[in-house]
Amino acid sequence: MTSALLVLRPLEFFLTQYKNVWRGSAVTTVVTPVVYLLALGVGLGVFVDRSADLPGGISYLEFVAPGLMAATAMQIASFESSWPVLSAIKWDRQYHAMLATPLRVRDVMLGHQAYFAFRLLLTATIYLVVITAFGAVDSPLAVLAIPVTVLVGLSFSAPIAAWAAHAQNEVSFVAIFRFIILPMFLFSGTFFPISSLPAALEVLAWFTPLWHGVTLCRDLTLGTVSVGDVGHLAYLVGFVTIGLVAARMTYRKRLLV
Amino acid sequence: MSSNGQPLIQARSLVKRFGDFVAVDGIDFDLQRGEAFGFLGPNGAGKTSTMRMIGCVSPVTDGSLTVFGLDPARDGAQIRGRLGVVPQQDTLDMELTVRENIVIYGRYFGLPRKELGTRADELLEFVELTERANDKVEPLSGGMKRRLTIARSLVNEPEVLLLDEPTTGLDPQARHVVWDRLYRLKRQGVTLLLTTHYMDEAEQLCDRLVVMDQGKIVAEGSPRDLIERYSTREVVELRFDDGSRPDDLSYWTDGLVSRVETLPDRVLLYTADGDAATHGLHERGLVPESVLVRRSTLEDVFLHLTGRSLVE
Repeated sequence: MTSALLVLRPLEFFLTQYKNVWRGSAVTTVVTPVVYLLALGVGLGVFVDRSADLPGGISYLEFVAPGLMAATAMQIASFESSWPVLSAIKWDRQYHAMLATPLRVRDVMLGHQAYFAFRLLLTATIYLVVITAFGAVDSPLAVLAIPVTVLVGLSFSAPIAAWAAHAQNEVSFVAIFRFIILPMFLFSGTFFPISSLPAALEVLAWFTPLWHGVTLCRDLTLGTVSVGDVGHLAYLVGFVTIGLVAARMTYRKRLLV
Repeated sequence: MSSNGQPLIQARSLVKRFGDFVAVDGIDFDLQRGEAFGFLGPNGAGKTSTMRMIGCVSPVTDGSLTVFGLDPARDGAQIRGRLGVVPQQDTLDMELTVRENIVIYGRYFGLPRKELGTRADELLEFVELTERANDKVEPLSGGMKRRLTIARSLVNEPEVLLLDEPTTGLDPQARHVVWDRLYRLKRQGVTLLLTTHYMDEAEQLCDRLVVMDQGKIVAEGSPRDLIERYSTREVVELRFDDGSRPDDLSYWTDGLVSRVETLPDRVLLYTADGDAATHGLHERGLVPESVLVRRSTLEDVFLHLTGRSLVE
């Protein structure tokens, strides 16, 4: 058994746990994009399409759908990597059970991230099916938006898990959602191009992993990929890598005392 | 108790510090295969810190520790694969069923699912939880959760079972059920290493124990050895009405007993023959509110060694 496969053992635990709640979770996963697309893509879209010209002459539905796909991944990943990570350390203590076995801290940390990746994969796949049904997809390259969406999610779950393993209580999570996740959701190019933002905020948006993710997903569903997309991809990979390194440090510090 | 060859666990001048706080202050001990060995001491004595170092989840600050002849810093995963751990605070998953908790824990050790099914059934039978196999863990009583944790810790057929305060927080009946299971394991030859602050638990389960206080080992031996060495055969407990306790007890007890311990609520007289001592006190005219003659316990040993009670 090579040591990389040890990650599968904690993953199996989280999947067993998910098996008990998957029905409710699946309904939410399907209903959420449908509601968003009806309200924003179709409802609001009627007004937007009448009054504004989006780049490339696309409809608002085509514009907003891939953005929502990436933004939803951010939200799911952020939630899953905050409370549940602290709980596995402090309240339900499942990490401690794992660490009483041959599993090492890195297996536990990566195993939990692997579970996030699984959840993101599920969500991204359903999202793509839904937005395709809405007619918001123009290119077969859109299939690649699935792994990109997973990557967007991990670029949040890795650093947030690193933070959660360091946090003494859940107070900071509310702040993260209110002051980081929500503004990013609104102002990272999901609902309108960041070129409409004031210059200073536009620069700020360049640094958010969500903007890179939204842009990539959009280029893939519209089939307008360019060399610049390699840069977006590299930015996301870098963000995930740094997050994982940080998580390994905070997990070790917290769990091996 | 036969000690065949290398000890399973060996600690020499073992130290654990958290910043300026010294939790374990240079302890030495050996654990031999097949024995039931205990750390007896009050809360904060350093028992849990010692257990966590043995379980390879807490780095050794100083001194040496080997488990199965291996180094916890380097071979942690390998060591943990051969240990069973019953932590002080349960780490069961509340959303999984009783049986799933055992199976998934076995998967952490890399055991095949098929084998684990049979194993889980056997273990649940052993701890008398077969009827609850498919129930969630959440509604189980404290005693049942503890038994499940013990069953789970046996899934990898460990060579040593580490039990950190196995019955703390349980009601007396639940404690006796747990003791009975542990006693059976001991008879089956499982090596037990346990911490406790209950002297009756230590007396019931341990072949050999060390008394810990403030990070140090203050005595070592079998329960009977320790009682013989640090206490007398019997103890007379005297209680007095408020204010009626004589100021100078030695006036009454001199020559009658070998040692006197004065506690806030009672006075303990150590003597080989409690009835004779009681008789003597009566002859001298001392009339306490109540008199109780009992055998010495490890509690008395602890009191003698540290001047404090085990359970405050």
